[in-house]
Amino acid sequence: MTDYYFQTNGMAVGYHGKILIHDICIGIKKGEIVTLIGPNGSGKSTILKSITRQLKMIAGTVYFDKNDLHSMSYRMLATKMAVVLTDRMKPELLTCRDVVATGRYPYTGRLGILTETDEQKVDEAMEAVNARDIAGKDFTAISDGQRQRILLARAICQEPEIIVLDEPTSFLDIRHKLELLSILRTMAKEKHITVIMSLHEIDLAQKISDKIICVKGETISHYGVPEDIFRENVIRDLYGIDNGYYDPCFGSMELPKAEGTPEIFVISSCGTGIPVFRKLQKEQKPFIAGILYKNDIDCRLARLLACQVITEEPFCEIRDETFEKARRTMKQCRMILNAGITIGSCNRRMEDLLLEARSSGKLKEISRIGISNC
Amino acid sequence: MEDKKAAAEDSLAVHSENFRRRSRYTLVFVILAAAFCVITVLNINTGGVHISVARILKILFLHEGAAAEIKIIWGIRLPRLLMAAILGGALSISGFLLQTFFSNPIAGPFVLGISSGAKMTVALAMIFFLERFSKVSSYLLILAAFVGALIATGFILLVSRRIHHMASLLVAGIMIGYICSAITEFVITFASDSDIVNLHGWSQGSFSGMSWSSVGVASIVIGISLVLAFLMSKPIGAYQLGEGYAQSMGVNIKVFRAELILLSSIFSACVTAFAGPISFVGIAVPFLVKWALNTSKPLVVIPGTFLGGAVFCMFSDLIARTVFAPTELNISTVTSVFGAPVVIYMMLRRQKAREE
Repeated sequence: MTDYYFQTNGMAVGYHGKILIHDICIGIKKGEIVTLIGPNGSGKSTILKSITRQLKMIAGTVYFDKNDLHSMSYRMLATKMAVVLTDRMKPELLTCRDVVATGRYPYTGRLGILTETDEQKVDEAMEAVNARDIAGKDFTAISDGQRQRILLARAICQEPEIIVLDEPTSFLDIRHKLELLSILRTMAKEKHITVIMSLHEIDLAQKISDKIICVKGETISHYGVPEDIFRENVIRDLYGIDNGYYDPCFGSMELPKAEGTPEIFVISSCGTGIPVFRKLQKEQKPFIAGILYKNDIDCRLARLLACQVITEEPFCEIRDETFEKARRTMKQCRMILNAGITIGSCNRRMEDLLLEARSSGKLKEISRIGISNC
Repeated sequence: MEDKKAAAEDSLAVHSENFRRRSRYTLVFVILAAAFCVITVLNINTGGVHISVARILKILFLHEGAAAEIKIIWGIRLPRLLMAAILGGALSISGFLLQTFFSNPIAGPFVLGISSGAKMTVALAMIFFLERFSKVSSYLLILAAFVGALIATGFILLVSRRIHHMASLLVAGIMIGYICSAITEFVITFASDSDIVNLHGWSQGSFSGMSWSSVGVASIVIGISLVLAFLMSKPIGAYQLGEGYAQSMGVNIKVFRAELILLSSIFSACVTAFAGPISFVGIAVPFLVKWALNTSKPLVVIPGTFLGGAVFCMFSDLIARTVFAPTELNISTVTSVFGAPVVIYMMLRRQKAREE
C-alpha cells in the first residue's frame, strides 16, 4: 500500500448526524493539489468542513501525517493545517497586514504579541501573494481578488503543511483566478504544501490538479488523475449536462447545436472553420462540415456543433466513398461556405469539391464577404 | 542587492508603521488618563458643598481638614466616584465582549435585555431578603444579578440559534428587557414601603449612596474578570475573523464561547447589582475607543475600553448630579443623551460603508 500523507477511510459527513456523503476513501500524497468538483449543493463544502474539523465527522477515520485527525488538539492541527473559507468576514478597523498576521496565532505567546521573526514571516507571506503594496489598507476596503490573496497569505503565514480552500476563485475575474491558482501551484511544488480545494471552474481544475475528486450526491463518483476524470461522459454524468457539450481536450463548454434540416455546407481546415461554426450556431442555423481530417482542430468543434461531419482518416488521401458522400450532401444544401482551406498532396481532391461548389453557384468565400455576412 | 534593499526598506516601513500605531495608542491612553484625572477632581469639588482643589488634595493624601469636608469626600463623593469608574469600565467591557460574541457592534447588555434580566432577579432577591432578614449582602446581589444575566443571555442564545438575522435578535433582546422590567415593576408595586424607596432609585440606575464595602466587592470581582478578559485578548482577536478561522488557528470554539458569555455576564451583573441598568454605555464606549485607537485589536481595545467607560460614566454621573442640583437625574438619562447619538451615527456610517 502506498504511503499516503493524508488519508480518509470510510469517512461519512453531514449535518446534525444526518449523512450527506458516505464512504469517502481518498489518499493524498504530500505536495499534491487535489480538487473537489461537482454540482452546486453536492457537498464539496461539507467534506472540506469535516476535514478542517469545523463539522463533526459522522463515521470513518481521517489520518493526517500518521495522526488520527480527531485525536489531535486544535492547537496542533493549527500548526499543520490552514484554511481559506467562503465566509465573508468583515473585521473592523484591521489592515490587510493585521489580517495576515493573525496567521501567526499558533506560534505567538499568551497575549499574541508578534516577535521580529513573526513580522518577517508575515512579510514573506505578503510577498508570496504579491500583496506588499496593500499591506496598510483597511481589509474591508479592498477588492475581491485582493481579499482572496490576503486570506491566502494569512494561511501561508500559518506555515501549514496542508491548505484547505473552499472555492477560492469564486467572485474573481479571470486574471485573478489565474494568479491565485499559480500561487497555489508554486507553493505546492516548491514548498511541498498539500492543497485540497473545491473549484467551480472545471477547466481550471483540470489544469492545476494532480488529482480530482468528483462529488455527486451521496458518494464520491470518481477519484483519480485528471486524465481519467475529464472525459466527456464522466463530466456530463457528474453535472447532469443535457443542454450542452463538454470538450475534455480544451476543457471548454459548448452550447447545444442547432437542430433542424441543415442547409449550409462549410468547407474549412486548420481552424478556419471555428469562427464560422460559432457564428452559425449563434444564429441557430444547422450546418454540415466536411471534409475534415479527424485530427483537424476544426473537426473537434464540428463534432459538437455541426449536424453532420464528413470525416476522413488522418494523413490519408480522400477516398472515393468519402468524396461521393460529401458531393451528395453538398448538393442538397442551399449554401456552401468556404472558410479557407489549405490544400496539400493528401487532400488534393478538395480542389475538385471546391470546383464543383463554384460551378453550382452556391459557393460563398468567407474571405470575400466577411464572417458577419455569412 | 536590489532585493536586499527592498527588504530592508520594507522592514523599515513596518517598523515606522508600528511606531506610528504605538504613538497613537499612547496618545489615546494619555488623553484618557488626563480626562480621568480632570473629571476626578471636578467630581470631588463640585456639589452642594464646594471644596477647593488644594483642600481636596490635602484631604485625600494627608487626611487633614475640616471633619465635615473629610466626611463629604471620603464618605460620599470618593466611593461614588470610584464606583462610577469601576462600573462604567465593566459595562463597556461587557458590551465589547458581547459585540465580539455576536459579531455585531450594536450588541450590548442593555439592548439584549441582559441588564433587565439582572435587574429583575436583583429586585426579587432584595425584596425576599429585606423582608426576612432586613438586610442583604453585596455578594448575594451580584450572584442574583449574575443568575438573571445568565437567564437573559441563555434566552438570547436560544433565539440566536434559530434566528440568524441580527435585527430580529435585537428585537428579541428588547422584548426580554420589557418582560423583565414588567416583572420588576410588578414586584415593586407590591413590595412594602421601605423597600420601594430603595428599589425605585436603584431600578432607574444611579451611582448614589455607594459604600466603601460595595467599592471593595465590586473592585475585586471586576478586577479579576478584567484580568481574565485581558488574557483572552488573543482568542478574541482570532474570533473577530469569524468562528471558522478562529478554530483553524487553534481556538477551542465551544470553550471560548462559554468563557466569553460568562465573563460578559459577570460584568453586566456586577454593574446591575450595584447601580441598576445603565443604557448605551456598552455600545457607545467600545465604538468610540476603537475609532480613537483606529484598531479593533483587543490587546489595546480592552484596557482602552475600560478606561474610556470609566471616564464616560464619571462624566455622566457628574452631570446627573450637578446640572439640576439638588435634583439628581437618572444615570441612564445622561448616558442616553450622550450615547444614543453615537449609536445612531455609528449605524449611519455602517450603512454608508455598505453602500460604497
